[in-house]
Amino acid sequence: MSDQPIKLLYFAWVRDRIGLAEESVAPPDGVTDVAGLMTWLRTRGPRYEAALKNERVVRVAINQRFAQPEDAVAPGDEVAVFPPVTGG
Amino acid sequence: MAVKVQAEDFDVGAEINGLTRDRPSIGGVASFIGLVRDMAGGEMIRSMTLEHYPGMTERMLADIEAEAHRRWPLDASLIIHRYGHLQPGDRIVLVVAASAHRQAAFDACQFLMDWLKTQAPFWKKEETPTDARWVEARASDDAAADRWRKS
Repeated sequence: MSDQPIKLLYFAWVRDRIGLAEESVAPPDGVTDVAGLMTWLRTRGPRYEAALKNERVVRVAINQRFAQPEDAVAPGDEVAVFPPVTGG
Repeated sequence: MAVKVQAEDFDVGAEINGLTRDRPSIGGVASFIGLVRDMAGGEMIRSMTLEHYPGMTERMLADIEAEAHRRWPLDASLIIHRYGHLQPGDRIVLVVAASAHRQAAFDACQFLMDWLKTQAPFWKKEETPTDARWVEARASDDAAADRWRKS
């Protein structure tokens, strides 16, 4: 990845478990999609592991659009990680 | 078309009047108002905190509304969703759909709520007298949204 970081946003219990609302990260070169980013994030410590262990539950948005595991993640993207929505 | 995401309460009558004023082609208005309940899963709810993703919320609600206008001949529509700290009885959401005839208004109103519940990035945290917990998404909400999917 280039020098430009990825901006990560966490919401609801994902934020509670990680203990952060947002951060900027520069993942290694091999991280190119949502699935890769989630795998790498889980290696960053027990809090990340606890927040992201259930891949089927956690939702991801790239630049404020819902994303799938195979969708590309690029430097400069805003990537949000959150539980299934419960509004209304 | 209008989307409002706000902490403040809203006046249902004033909002509907504002929507129908100067639009004499409207023959029917359907609205839905969601409120904070005082019970959940057999437990008393003292209060609720609604969190959202500023930016994506407005974008998703505008998308949902545009989709309703593609599917039904609507003359006007409105979505208001609150965030922040709410008490039982407080209004959470207002969805209004207006059309020449009632069926489009009813259907669009239901569609807007079903899609909003599964697509708009809001999260509810319920506070009981002893505890606070994030509300879990319901499979029945997904099923309700799925029935609007075009095959």
